[in-house]
Amino acid sequence: MQASKEALLWMYETMLEIRDYEETMANVYLEGKLPPHIQKGLAFDIGSGPVPGEMHLAAGQEPVAVGVCAHLKKTDTVVGTHRPHHFAIAKGVPLDRMTAEIFGKVTGLGKGKGGHMHLFDPEHNFSCSGIIGASLPPACGAGLAAKKLGKDWVAVAFFGEGAANQGSFHESLNLAALWQLPVIFVCEDNQWAISVPKSESTCVPWVADRASAYGIPGVLVANNDALEVYEAVAPLIERARRGEGPGLIEVKTDRYLGHFQGDPELYRPKDEVATLRKNDPIPKLAGVLKSLGMMTESEQGAIAARAKKRVAGAFAFARESAYPAAQDALDDVFV
Amino acid sequence: MTASRKLTMAQAISEAIAQEMERDAKVFVMGEDIGKYGGIFGATGGLLDKFGKDRIMDTPISETAFIGTATGAAAAGMRPIVELMFVDFFGVCMDQIYNHLAKNTYMAGGNIRLPVVLTTAIGGGYNDAAQHSQCLYATFAHMPGIKVVVPSNAYDAKGLMIQAIRDDNPVMFMYHKGIMGLPWMAYFEGSSNEVPQEPYTIAFGQAKVVREGKDATIVSISQMVQKALVAADELARQGLSAEVIDLRTLVPLDRNTVLKSVAKTGRLLIADEDYLGYGLSGEISATVAENLDTVKLKAPIKRLAVPNVPIPYSRPLEQFVIPQVGSIVDGVRKLLETRVAAALAA
Repeated sequence: MQASKEALLWMYETMLEIRDYEETMANVYLEGKLPPHIQKGLAFDIGSGPVPGEMHLAAGQEPVAVGVCAHLKKTDTVVGTHRPHHFAIAKGVPLDRMTAEIFGKVTGLGKGKGGHMHLFDPEHNFSCSGIIGASLPPACGAGLAAKKLGKDWVAVAFFGEGAANQGSFHESLNLAALWQLPVIFVCEDNQWAISVPKSESTCVPWVADRASAYGIPGVLVANNDALEVYEAVAPLIERARRGEGPGLIEVKTDRYLGHFQGDPELYRPKDEVATLRKNDPIPKLAGVLKSLGMMTESEQGAIAARAKKRVAGAFAFARESAYPAAQDALDDVFV
Repeated sequence: MTASRKLTMAQAISEAIAQEMERDAKVFVMGEDIGKYGGIFGATGGLLDKFGKDRIMDTPISETAFIGTATGAAAAGMRPIVELMFVDFFGVCMDQIYNHLAKNTYMAGGNIRLPVVLTTAIGGGYNDAAQHSQCLYATFAHMPGIKVVVPSNAYDAKGLMIQAIRDDNPVMFMYHKGIMGLPWMAYFEGSSNEVPQEPYTIAFGQAKVVREGKDATIVSISQMVQKALVAADELARQGLSAEVIDLRTLVPLDRNTVLKSVAKTGRLLIADEDYLGYGLSGEISATVAENLDTVKLKAPIKRLAVPNVPIPYSRPLEQFVIPQVGSIVDGVRKLLETRVAAALAA
């Protein structure tokens, strides 16, 4: 499928927004976590600062999110992973409320109860989980609901290559294929399951090859390129919308940062990230847009400024928002 | 005299595993990120360099497969140690744990041995939200067939780990992240202590009176023991004398040490980081209630635990649901202010 100018510009701007969001978060996350603000003897304290807890950032992995979500409507469902920000942004989750949630504020998507790995936005049909392989079954459920309700909605499950070794991967692919559910399984292959490389965890080189075991199409995108993802996933989404069943796509992407912020990454070759960053998908798409005459230098500057402004606004909203009252912890177990 | 040095709990655990691996070639370790990374919480630090990849095995993210593999390997004569990174992740592999590892010995009429140590990280306090902050030791203690060990400090952790590896039954070894002595997470310094160099064991089912007192008994386990000790210091400054008991293992459970202490103090506070309902605090309370013919209570039992809500992310919410040092202090003070009905009537 040929991407329209509108789609290309949307992907570019959204990638910029995601990158700026993740880099801003990386800095904010460090606030209050380093000496002298923390317990003596520690190098870092995960539980301190305005954004405590684990933080998994997706800088470098933008093409997977935008290449897929560019095809989606508000009524389509996305289920993300423990590294969810890029998917949420690409699905249209409001940045203000998402950021407030990550700051633990009462204005957040879950009133501060969920945090960064547990973002729920029913209005935009987005959710995610901190458990590996947890995205696939609920995406099957969204697909089943669409089928039962007679809608042309599709559901997308994003998951990492490490999750392809979970039982939930195999069970969900079989179920979706058996029942011909409108689900697109998107394997975000960043090569690393925390410290364990794909080559030491997975018996076949490509997760996409596993599609054949379930009789569904399997597509591999070997480059971290938004346009390639966009084009490769299009036929899978179209056939799912037509009621022709699920598909599996694997995108080889790059994780620029640690598994979590504060990860010493001693397991990773020292120059790996520098090499990966030379293939940055954002300037690459800018080059495509310019060569097609779809974006001028000044338009590029305006797009970047818009994206930055949205990110800055969301962080300001989160900082200015109030914390929930302590006893609010007791509410919302049941409705 | 034996040499000892101050170790963190993470160091003590990995030293225990190393010493048992040197002693017994059948011991090996499997889990996610336990090799080069040394375990996300440091429990296997340095083991890959010492023993190599054949015995320190990084696994795919396939908990059902590798925990089930541990059961199978144990049945075939090996002594696997297998790590579930966070206890919260039991959801992806519970069938292999509770329907197989925990039951096969019984269903075989005692004719098979499953010497598996299942290590896992527990606990919150650092805002990791509902899927990465639970304790859940009572869940495993509830189901028959697995011994449940939950140390509060480095010395106990080493002795209990060696005991666990030598035990011919499945043992769940649960370490609280906030007492491992990690360089990237605040921890209670009382958890790092003097640990002898040579191997030693600590028998299961022996609670420890970690601080003697006369006004009230605080029963606790894991990181909450460290909180209770800080609380007892504060209570002492206020003129109150609290006895602190570290249960150390939940299966087997040392009820006698609890009963003896409560008989002495007449007041009981249970400080627990697991859920309140149907859990550790209820079990300890029931034990005392069943023995009221010999144990005389001065005040109704008080329970502190997570009030049956998932662990919330936001700091003020999480601090509210997890018992803190201050809530233990307040709890003991309230014990001193209340009386059992019989005493009121008398």
